[in-house]
Amino acid sequence: MKALLTSFASGLVFALGLGISGMTQPIKVIGFLDFFGAWDASLAFVMAGAIAVYFVAYRIRATMPAPLLAPKFAIPTRNDLDVKLILGAAIFGAGWGLGGFCPGPALTSLASGAMPVFVFVVAMGLGMYLHSWVTEIRATASGLAISPANTTQDA
Amino acid sequence: MHNFTPIASLLGGMLIGLSASAMLLLDGKIAGISGILAGVLKPVAGDTRWRICFLAGLLTGGMALGVFLPTAFDFGIIRPLPMLIVAGLLVGFGTRLGSGCTSGHGVCGVSRLSPRSLVATATFVFTGALTVYLLNHLTGN
Repeated sequence: MKALLTSFASGLVFALGLGISGMTQPIKVIGFLDFFGAWDASLAFVMAGAIAVYFVAYRIRATMPAPLLAPKFAIPTRNDLDVKLILGAAIFGAGWGLGGFCPGPALTSLASGAMPVFVFVVAMGLGMYLHSWVTEIRATASGLAISPANTTQDA
Repeated sequence: MHNFTPIASLLGGMLIGLSASAMLLLDGKIAGISGILAGVLKPVAGDTRWRICFLAGLLTGGMALGVFLPTAFDFGIIRPLPMLIVAGLLVGFGTRLGSGCTSGHGVCGVSRLSPRSLVATATFVFTGALTVYLLNHLTGN
């Protein structure tokens, strides 16, 4: 229960941070990405502030056997670079520059009631479903391709 | 450079870092928004409630902004709807394929000095800048 309250409070503080920092304003995001135009460096300060705090938290974590309100840490452990990571980040960046919204600010901005934000969020959700469909289709296709081998193994 | 807000951006960023730190040290979770949302859209048993609570907090925070800091929703630039639809599809698909977005890779991963997140962050900032550059040139801004 306490862990769920923490999640709620963290979401709330996260949204306030996004709003205060300027991340909910596409003009600031697009201004930051406009390196060759009227560059607005503000978002570099958002990242600097967030990373400075989290950097310390991550070092505190190293001294803790478990989180305070949960049985264990759920932290990514992969270190390998693959095509999916780079291609996915490249596609995300293109969408970020195109729309001026990334997922957190878009969800937070739903509260403004602005219809274009709603349209963006629905498209973003569809994009996520699209990814899982493509993944499933590819898994099925490769499953068919290796099925003779599976059959012999089963036999 | 116009519209430069270093103090507000630094303070807001620190709040984001504080929120992500609470998720880490109290709940043991990474505050990556695209991953949190994806886990609600395709729920896994026993791993959904905290995500819903976080997203409810995000929306509640948004409503608080609407009351106490309405300028947070002075979007300044709102792209035409067809462009926003394409942008949303790219953001949704790309963040799943690349396992994260600005929060998971850009804040949490970069702070951990994760090689994957450092590469992902450099990549999405680069393609984001490239997109803005091309768009400004094509539309003559």
